[in-house]
Amino acid sequence: MIGAAAVLRMALVELGRNPMRSGLTTLGIVIGIAAVIALVTLGQGASASITNTISGLGRNLVIVSPGNARQGGPPQAAAPFKLGDLRAIEREVSGIAAMAGVGILAVNAVLGNASYATSAFGSELSYLAVREWPLSAGRVFDEGEMRSGKAVCIIGQTLVRELFGAQDPLGVAIRVGGTSCQVIGVLSPKGQSIVGQDQDNVVLLPLTTFQRRLAGNTDISTIMVSAASPDLTTKVQEDIRSLLHERRRVPPGKQDDFQVNDLSEIATIVGGVTVILTALLGAIAAISLLVGGIGIMNIMLVSVTERTREIGIRLAIGALEREVLAQFLAEAVLLSLIGGLIGVALGLGLSYAGTRVLALPFIVDPLVVAGAALFSGLVGVGFGFFPARRAARMDPIEALRHE
Amino acid sequence: MTTLIALEHLRKVYGSGETQVVALDDISLAIDHGEFVAVMGPSGSGKSTAMNIIGCLDTPTAGTYRFDGREVTTLDRDARALLRRGQIGFVFQGFNLLKRTTALENVELPLVYRGVARAERRRLARDALAKVGLEGREGHSQAELSGGQQQRVAIARAIVTAPALLLADEPTGNLDSERSRDIMTLLAGLNRDAGITIVMVTHEPDMAAFARRRVRFLDGRILADERLAS
Ligand SMILES: Nc1ncnc2c1ncn2[C@@H]1O[C@H](COP(=O)(O)OP(=O)(O)OP(=O)(O)O)[C@@H](O)[C@H]1O
Ligand SMILES: [Mg+2]
Repeated sequence: MIGAAAVLRMALVELGRNPMRSGLTTLGIVIGIAAVIALVTLGQGASASITNTISGLGRNLVIVSPGNARQGGPPQAAAPFKLGDLRAIEREVSGIAAMAGVGILAVNAVLGNASYATSAFGSELSYLAVREWPLSAGRVFDEGEMRSGKAVCIIGQTLVRELFGAQDPLGVAIRVGGTSCQVIGVLSPKGQSIVGQDQDNVVLLPLTTFQRRLAGNTDISTIMVSAASPDLTTKVQEDIRSLLHERRRVPPGKQDDFQVNDLSEIATIVGGVTVILTALLGAIAAISLLVGGIGIMNIMLVSVTERTREIGIRLAIGALEREVLAQFLAEAVLLSLIGGLIGVALGLGLSYAGTRVLALPFIVDPLVVAGAALFSGLVGVGFGFFPARRAARMDPIEALRHE
Repeated sequence: MTTLIALEHLRKVYGSGETQVVALDDISLAIDHGEFVAVMGPSGSGKSTAMNIIGCLDTPTAGTYRFDGREVTTLDRDARALLRRGQIGFVFQGFNLLKRTTALENVELPLVYRGVARAERRRLARDALAKVGLEGREGHSQAELSGGQQQRVAIARAIVTAPALLLADEPTGNLDSERSRDIMTLLAGLNRDAGITIVMVTHEPDMAAFARRRVRFLDGRILADERLAS
């Protein structure tokens, strides 16, 4: 039996004798592997981007809002929350890491001649903790400012861009919904929310300031709660629901006039969908890989017939059955491995371009790359075996007589 | 002299029923080590069939064949392949060179399967090509060689392993008489100096004259078996 190195060299030499045929044979594998890599990489990028967006809202977030969207029909005017609701939740529900009541109002932010439609958020300091939203410049409100309702604000990146351009916003007073307030901080960029809202188009004011100067009431639009751990979100959610059910005196048999949503639910659902999508795309790509494998088998079979005389000569000269088998198998495996490597490079290139265009993160999963390369080798073994065996089992005399 | 090839009551039948062809019909023949035998006979008389069996490429329908005292008819495919690889050089009727492959690579092929190292292989193959007068043609492929040159590459490939037995099925069939004579001189020299046993099929009495024994086939039987005084 001749060595593996000799078999490999022989296979390489034979492949090199017919580069056109070799190239066409690998094409199926190249396309198959490239498709698998590109689709899986894009899918993972999309899924990572969605997960990022969701977790960007805050960790283990439970959102409490008045009204009930699930009821159908026109949304009824439901009574807003008050500070008392907030304090009651704080007092009676355990397992909460941070929580914040938020008042929201659509306003115009104005500086000189520039004006920009934005959302004013009135909140306690804990809002930034709940949303895990650090500042990029300046400082947060201090206790005194919170208590006295001082006219200070923190603005998002969009407002910085639209109102200030390259100018430093810190210390400058802007008009927010008719009230003048001084910019003391700038939020770090947050990007779009899941529903495509620009989260950086925001101006943040102390809750007291917001209620007194902008809203003119003591309403709280939304309560955001960050549970201490992912396992606790359901419990926190349930406790808040029953507490508010009592406090808002929902009549028996009637639906709650508020809702308590767990964001991790959405994350799980969306994550699940992208996983299914990725798997589906991967499966389609795998089918194309299978077709590529069948292509290899097809061309190998043709090539075995075409090379009958060569096989006859090898056998007549004293090649063993398994040596001929090894050579043809090596040719098939080399073809599909080379195709696989080209496919990996092509797939990575394509998915890189794709992630740039779609503004997704480019995440290369080494497991997928290694798996694809390994699989291409297996395709070579699997689909190369039958033609190789046919070659090895030829009768040397008949093979020599073959035209 | 010990017997290298011993054929006893050899029979080879192709097909069955109406289309049955008896290619060899009760052939018995013994060839000693070191002999140079010419096999002659009209087309279809069974010469190539006998050569294929002697070369362990084919198995007889009936009868026995012992090669160097060893029963061959019962050997399996791999054992026969190993026997061919180790002991037998074959010049096929028709050239049977590998396409798109240089003369040198063609001649190296039997050495590849013998596991001879690359450099040694190169050297032996160059030597063999030189012996058949093809120096300078090592890099030419089949398409770039004349019929006679291809035939000589085939001979070089058969002798490169210095086999115990050289089987040649019309080795000079495509050569002019001068070239044919060169090849015969070469074969006679290999037989005399290296002690290689040669069995050669030829139609030409001139070429057969180089051998020291002449076996004539007719309709699958041996018609005559003459030894020539040298
Ligand atoms: N594979 C085969 N199937 C059927 N018949 C065959 C086969 N091989 C050879 N024969 C027949 O066997 C007989 C002997 O053939 P063989 O090739 O041995 O003749 P030959 O003496 O070598 O002739 P030539 O001088 O033309 O080469 C012929 O009648 C041929 O038709
Ligand atoms: Mg013949």
